Amino acid sequence: MKIDDVPQDQIRTFKGYGTKAVYAVDAKGRYTKTATNGWEVEEVVLRDVLADFEVLAAQAKQRVLQGKSSPIEFFVYKRLMDIPALAQAMGIARWRVRRHLNPKVFRKLNDRMLQRYADLFRIQLAALKNFKENTTIDPDS
Amino acid sequence: MTQIPDFQHQHFAHCESGVMSALLMHQGVELSEPMVFGLSGTLCFAYLPFMKFGNMPLVSYRMFPGHIVKKFPKRLGMPYCLKTYRNQAQAMDELDAHVREGRLVGLQTSAYYTTYFPPEMRFHFNAHNIIIIGKDADDYLVSDPVFDHIERIKVADLKLARFAKGLSAPKGLAHYPLGPPAGLDLPRLIKLSIKKTVRMMLYAPLPWIGIKGILLLARRVAQLANKADERYTRLFLGNVVRMQEEIGTGGGGFRFMYASFLQEAFAATGWPVLQEASARMTEAGDQWRLFALACARVVKKNPDAAAPDHIANLLRQCGETERQIYTLLKSLNRSH
Repeated sequence: MKIDDVPQDQIRTFKGYGTKAVYAVDAKGRYTKTATNGWEVEEVVLRDVLADFEVLAAQAKQRVLQGKSSPIEFFVYKRLMDIPALAQAMGIARWRVRRHLNPKVFRKLNDRMLQRYADLFRIQLAALKNFKENTTIDPDS
Repeated sequence: MTQIPDFQHQHFAHCESGVMSALLMHQGVELSEPMVFGLSGTLCFAYLPFMKFGNMPLVSYRMFPGHIVKKFPKRLGMPYCLKTYRNQAQAMDELDAHVREGRLVGLQTSAYYTTYFPPEMRFHFNAHNIIIIGKDADDYLVSDPVFDHIERIKVADLKLARFAKGLSAPKGLAHYPLGPPAGLDLPRLIKLSIKKTVRMMLYAPLPWIGIKGILLLARRVAQLANKADERYTRLFLGNVVRMQEEIGTGGGGFRFMYASFLQEAFAATGWPVLQEASARMTEAGDQWRLFALACARVVKKNPDAAAPDHIANLLRQCGETERQIYTLLKSLNRSH
């Protein structure tokens, strides 16, 4: 890649977060380190997977409000994880996490377990316990 | 506020090679990031369909995380300390002691808890690498190689980041050189590392690694045409490209970095094969970028998006170019 071809698409994700370093060839054919503020391609694929997580989270929210699932399912997608990743990050078995998605089981969980979930999701314990229509998370926390 | 003196933050393309390059620089050893990347033999390709990451197969364009930190000091013959912890409080206390004594220490962290990342990038990815350069009240000062300036992180968040669980959990890993390497025999190291990379990319006895892995992935991509599920196709191609362009510095980026290494190696040895291979590796990197562009068109549902067969062919071209490069590099062993 020539230095002139290094993409400078000013992608949204990096706005305010600086640049990335890349290696490219200068006019004399020598490799140099240079900076880029992003390539649209990476933005497109990132936004696509984020949109997919948003859809999953919205569907989960409906299920939670209908009493078909527990709030854990909503937060897991909000935090860009899936159930196997959540089980690994919690350090407990997958079947236990799946069981905790059952609202009946979820209601009986003790505060210590709930606090572990809340810590992982970086939310208050109350937000996990009292799930409401307008529940959301602070992306910067 | 305590801060390590004489440290100049540098912006790198990839976290692990960047951390190693910065730590070496602090020891007075000048090895650029591409040199660290090349000499440690980190260039690779792996498509592991049985390892799922977010329900998508793992695609990697370099050796597994931790390869440089664990293998490279040995290859340089440099005394090096690698330490993981069970006791989290002890890990943090020892880090404070390092900072007080002015020792530069690299840490493995999870990107989920590094709060200075853009929120959209904070995936559960456990193999990020940073350097701690100071402490200011409740914050650590972080030299993160992929950011262009010094960042800050809360003590509590750093602790979580060092002890995140899951795939390739950091377990509090801290690492630092205990002294400079005994002596740097560059021609020998260059030859050895290229030999290892060539052997892995051409002859790894597994179907998922090296050129074979690229061709296997190409077959899978071609098969996507038979799948009716449009969402799966989108996410699958998106995943391949995300692994390529965003995690660290990706396929194109790693190829360019290796090309830069070959160029520096040529300057150090004068072996003409290296110069030719460098130019061809640049070509391979450009082909990887074309592939990424074609995938992005599919993801974006662009009307002139290519069919899966065509995308698979782009991948096969990447594989073929790389195969020629490694065959070319193989001749190095006979001639020097």
